[in-house]
Amino acid sequence: MAKRVAVVGSGQTYHKSQRLDVNGVELIHEAVSKALEETHLTRDDIDLIIIGNMDHFEGINYVDMWSIDGSGGLMKPTIKLTTGGTTGSTLAIAGYHMVASGLFNVALVIGWEKNSESDTTAAINTAFDPVWDRLTFAGAIGGLALEASVYMHNYGVTEKDAARVVVRDRKNACGNPYAHLRKEVTIEEVLKSPMLCDPVKLLDMCPRSDGACAVIFASEDVAEKTTDTPAWIWGVANRHLYTFINDVDFHGLHSLKNASRELYQKCGIKEPLKEIDVIELYQPYSFGGLLWLESLGLCKDGEAPRLLWDGMTDMDGELPINPSGGVIPTNPIGATGLIRCAEAAMQIMGKAEGHQVPGVNIAMSTGFGGCMWSDILLYGKKRPG
Amino acid sequence: MEFGAWNLTFGYSEIMDRIAIVGIGMTKQERRKEAETFSDMVFEAVTKALNDAEMTIQEIDNIVTGCNDFWDGRTISSMAVGDASGAWDKNISCVEGDGTFAALYGMTRILSGSYATTLVTAHSKGSESISSLITNAMFDPIYTRPLGLDAITSAALQARRYMDRFGITEEQCARVSVKNHKNAKNNPYSQLPMDISVEDVLRSRTLASPIKLLDASPISDGACALILANEKSAKRFSKHPVWIKGVGCCADAYHLGDRDLSESKSLERAAKTAYQMAGISSPIKEIDVAELYDAFTYQELMWTEGLGFCNKGDGGRLLEKGETEREGPIPVNPSGGCLSAHAVITAGLIRMAEATLQVRGEAGKRQIDGVKTALAHGINGPCGQAHCVWILGK
Amino acid sequence: MAETKIELLTKYSGEAEQPFRYSIGKWGSKFLHELRDHKRLLAIRCPKCKKVYVPPRQVCGPCFQRMEELVEISDQGTLVAFTIIRFSFIDPETGITRPVPYGYGLIKLDGCDNHFQHYINIEDESKMKIGARVRAVFNEKRKGNLLDIKYFEVTD
Repeated sequence: MAKRVAVVGSGQTYHKSQRLDVNGVELIHEAVSKALEETHLTRDDIDLIIIGNMDHFEGINYVDMWSIDGSGGLMKPTIKLTTGGTTGSTLAIAGYHMVASGLFNVALVIGWEKNSESDTTAAINTAFDPVWDRLTFAGAIGGLALEASVYMHNYGVTEKDAARVVVRDRKNACGNPYAHLRKEVTIEEVLKSPMLCDPVKLLDMCPRSDGACAVIFASEDVAEKTTDTPAWIWGVANRHLYTFINDVDFHGLHSLKNASRELYQKCGIKEPLKEIDVIELYQPYSFGGLLWLESLGLCKDGEAPRLLWDGMTDMDGELPINPSGGVIPTNPIGATGLIRCAEAAMQIMGKAEGHQVPGVNIAMSTGFGGCMWSDILLYGKKRPG
Repeated sequence: MEFGAWNLTFGYSEIMDRIAIVGIGMTKQERRKEAETFSDMVFEAVTKALNDAEMTIQEIDNIVTGCNDFWDGRTISSMAVGDASGAWDKNISCVEGDGTFAALYGMTRILSGSYATTLVTAHSKGSESISSLITNAMFDPIYTRPLGLDAITSAALQARRYMDRFGITEEQCARVSVKNHKNAKNNPYSQLPMDISVEDVLRSRTLASPIKLLDASPISDGACALILANEKSAKRFSKHPVWIKGVGCCADAYHLGDRDLSESKSLERAAKTAYQMAGISSPIKEIDVAELYDAFTYQELMWTEGLGFCNKGDGGRLLEKGETEREGPIPVNPSGGCLSAHAVITAGLIRMAEATLQVRGEAGKRQIDGVKTALAHGINGPCGQAHCVWILGK
Repeated sequence: MAETKIELLTKYSGEAEQPFRYSIGKWGSKFLHELRDHKRLLAIRCPKCKKVYVPPRQVCGPCFQRMEELVEISDQGTLVAFTIIRFSFIDPETGITRPVPYGYGLIKLDGCDNHFQHYINIEDESKMKIGARVRAVFNEKRKGNLLDIKYFEVTD
């Protein structure tokens, strides 16, 4: 019979551009050890391992099998999920369902990536259809630039508006000991940075990072024994809408719109801007930090810049976004969606050292990737009824 | 709670809502489906499954696709089959591993209370790439891959160890091939129905000794879809739901030298979990038919041991006595198994589909008489590192 | 004993080629034949929602409906999104770094409901704007793939 599920702890590596000192399995193990340490659990307490990354970044097939020494999966049920950029959040959603099913009491969910081991854009290009999309596609950056061009055209949003998002996230990262890039930037620095794909500049984009994250999901039968402050999963929803880039309607992020409406309805959220206390948004580039707020229903179409400039999404604002710094300072792709989950849970649990938002009762984490796909999870301090 | 245990403190009916398989669809497996894309194959399988369940795509609550980035040559392999799986405006996820694992996740999405029905799909086209490069990529890039190890050569190591330890002979292995290719003659979906003899197998070209061509499964293209439903929906949609009685999965060590390749501890554990859930204490007596993942002949013998159909080392004798033939007490692979058709990722889901047909009594010429309980099995990783075992019944 | 500092090693995969022969399918093949032989663009219409998709494919995603009706669409259209790629990366298809800068965008071809992704000629960057009218420029020698269209140029 279905169980309620909570995040009871997590672990992350200190994300860097290149971890020469560990191979992939060891990187995974670092995050796993931290999660076990934080929760005072041992491998014996884990019933299931769920792991994921984007295969072609490291060129390893059947990663769940290869990583077994580091993941702790030896002689346990072990399974792999991969859905591109949304991998991390897809993993979190799986952690929820697998534990809620009642078949497993405790699941260890791991997302990781060693982006330094390959050419990131080349690998991302292989995500797209080889006959139709790949020949002209220009990786994540090219695709996102298209979205930005439409947004700017429709609402007169400027590169300066987008730069304000970067300033916020890079500042927040300074309070996050795990973030990859921990240096503030100014609006001018963003605007002056080299143009990658009009209008997306170097500082509008996330870096690529090596990193791993492990999150422990526990059923209601054991969650409160493991921690005093479980972060309960209130609901999950996702949409992986499109198969071809040609079919994408770039007026808003439809997958995020549809998934969030479903989630709000399931969880009884009527005014997201007021009711949600913090969002860890999977936002790989600056313009996403504007357009996607509209897609989440936080404000009307075209009005997101106002939320930014009014400081509403800053650490001391009404709805802080990316207190961890989010993706713009740190992006180990297979882990990134799961890091959003870990960070959102940490906010609920009061464990976000250096970047804690006070009084968080309801938090959200999202995932983004693939062909403009989205995943969302909602967390609450209160145990769901 | 036992080390790595599942939540088996209570009896089956208390821990798990009843979940049924209400629809199945498979494409024929072929050496090369030249005219079809991944999407075309999956659309065929999904459409067949919906027709089989007498459901429309709107009645599917959520989807789990099974696929593999390396086999497909795309980093987000699930993207290719989104439209074909009915992903539009639905909750969807992807498992990168054998179809039996995708089905497990698909089932938990119903048990979690989130959805009433799950569509599980799986596909792969072995024909589009060079298989040994794909399977070479599952070995670690630092130490093992440069040796050129792939699925066949690693299986050869395992076969040698298994045969050496227990005195299993090449003839005993060959019998598996004879049996399964002959069984495939009853299966319109299978790729290689053949009448061959033990001598034919022994004389076939050596790939990596002791594995010869007819000891190995072929390269195949194919897709499969399964529709799972909770009890309420199953009763609403299906005239003949096949109930999931038990499931277990477990993964062993990765490096080939870290475990004794002649036995499959992870299969034993997976089977134990599945049997406990299903209330099975004597597999040969209580299971009427088994669809096992026989990527190579010796593997079918090893898996019958790991599943407890016989003692360790007796797999060869079990077949020699005819126990796993169609007429025997525990028929294995009446569909022809993977030796007759092996679309990777898909093969485990097909084992579940075949087991479902057996329980329904709809397996046509390959039907075994009086099936009430069937076992379906899938593997993941080199040399059967991980196993997933399903028990299905009326 | 003090820990000696060692050089941290990496292992190069070599030119790890993974060649694939992807099936294009019935509709895609028809599209590429028409493109190569007649410089014509084919799309496909969903019998349920009537949407027209290019390139043609078997399934209409939103309707989960098999499509059969091919329609010819124009090689002209309107630019709906665009960018200029200025950073170079290795093209996984060729192993060669793509020369930059180049224009890239989505075009709503006349008669079609979804968009067409392709290169845009950026000889005159000032002409690149959303809403600009564009037309396909074909290669003289065509092979039966999407690059038989060299790029789209702004016709305004």
